[in-house]
Amino acid sequence: MIRIANGQGFWGDWLEAPVRLVEQGPIDYLILDYLAEVTMSIVQKQKQADPALGYARDFPPLIGRIAAKMKERRVRVVANAGGVNPIACAKEVKKLAPELKVAVVLGDDVFDRIDDFLERGLELKNLDTGEPLTVIRSQISSANAYIGAFPLAEALATGADVVIAGRSTDTALALGPMVHEFGWEPEQYDLLAAGTIAGHIVECGAQCTGGNCIADWKTIPDFANIGYPIIEAEHDGSFVITKHRGTGGRVSLETVKEQLLYELGDPRNYITPDCVADFTTVRLSEDGPDRVRVSGIKGRPETPFLKVSISYLYGYKALGTIVYSWPDALEKAKAADGIVRARLAALGLEFEEIYSEYFGANACHGVAAPAIAQPAEVMLRMGVRGRDRKAVDRFTRELIPLVLNGPPTGTGYGDGRPSVREVVAYWPALIPRAEIQTRVEVVT
Amino acid sequence: MRIPLSNIAHGRSGDKGDTSNIGIIAYDERHFPILVREVTPDRVKEHFGSLIEGHVERFELPNLGALNFLCFGALGGGGTLSLRIDAQGKTMAAGLLGMEIEVDERELTD
Repeated sequence: MIRIANGQGFWGDWLEAPVRLVEQGPIDYLILDYLAEVTMSIVQKQKQADPALGYARDFPPLIGRIAAKMKERRVRVVANAGGVNPIACAKEVKKLAPELKVAVVLGDDVFDRIDDFLERGLELKNLDTGEPLTVIRSQISSANAYIGAFPLAEALATGADVVIAGRSTDTALALGPMVHEFGWEPEQYDLLAAGTIAGHIVECGAQCTGGNCIADWKTIPDFANIGYPIIEAEHDGSFVITKHRGTGGRVSLETVKEQLLYELGDPRNYITPDCVADFTTVRLSEDGPDRVRVSGIKGRPETPFLKVSISYLYGYKALGTIVYSWPDALEKAKAADGIVRARLAALGLEFEEIYSEYFGANACHGVAAPAIAQPAEVMLRMGVRGRDRKAVDRFTRELIPLVLNGPPTGTGYGDGRPSVREVVAYWPALIPRAEIQTRVEVVT
Repeated sequence: MRIPLSNIAHGRSGDKGDTSNIGIIAYDERHFPILVREVTPDRVKEHFGSLIEGHVERFELPNLGALNFLCFGALGGGGTLSLRIDAQGKTMAAGLLGMEIEVDERELTD
């Protein structure tokens, strides 16, 4: 049995979680998931500004902090912290923890190969809209293929203490150590699906140990010291989800089921680079306090393609707020919205969308929310999105004047006028597997 | 009798682009058939009104006593494009659990 713990559900997750996982009990592998789609374009920009950057900057200091304990307890780390510059990330880790052996997985970053793909007739059509990539060629800011568990296992086979990948899938971070330890083969689809679903359960950190849990949330103990998840993986593909003793939170059928359903599409066809996993075959059972056993998982062969995530500059948006107090808070906020729309129209400005929400009334659920007769206050949150930066910038001047020239009791415009933000959008596409050749390097 | 869905189910919601995924799970797996009967794609779409622009597709996971709904065009463009506060549909499950369903008392007691 091996213990695989996840200490980071996204870049920005709780800094103490991975440290506590290493210190508070036994684990064999610490995995850390840093990359969301938006992260890739951010790190690509950072690399363009400084060739020594372009990775998750939280990661090297974390390894510096836990290096001694890792050595003492023989804990190995697998992380997709490399962003678009895994080698620079590895060099920084070596600087802060020279005693550790560090390997990187390369080959997912295809930003410099886009023109080559297009010239050779690979259209990289948008999976959702069917449009060819040429439509947005000049606006592309990053492009990465999702890689699976086998390159991570290959990196672990070098004996590295720390494996740094770029855009590996979240689930591969958990499956990689299982493939390495148990010697699972590429055709053992049931086992690969089991490791994939184990990875899915833990990939959002504490979201399977009581965090964001709707079931009976008021009784979940000690959120302040919530324990992050640990997979106790067996060679036959069964596993237990648990957490360190004495930590807060909860592992129950409810907390695990909620996470199984999170960001799920067709449950029979969970597609990864390694296999297609079937969530309708998952069997759960209680296995003692804060322990859930998972078994029975079936999988099918992988598809002939890898997914490529391409980010590109889409346009601009801005969002601002004003608060109105009672009486008639909602009416005042709606009047303010109408006034701004009229003024934008009078200026002849055009936007792709103008959208308003009324916090305290129905911002999250629209008509699905219960009506409140007389809310104490309502916050108007108004935003615009468009391709023309000047129009979006002009909108940011239209909210605050309402405090003096609109309905009464406007306040709470706190941070001044809204700022214009670039909108980076995503272009999902497929690429034949043969185009992506990963390789492992040990960084010294 | 009419009860809120939250009396017999919990859930979690998330996003993939402009699609909201809402997982609804029976606390007691014996109540799964009630979910199948009452929480139809049409009712989900109607419940959220203009928040869901596209159609709603439903998948069954009887092994978990759960339903998974994909609500297309439900996040105002999704991800970075959306102008909504809940651009990733994090609260959609709570919103759906507020929906009233029709049950026979005997379905809940035995």
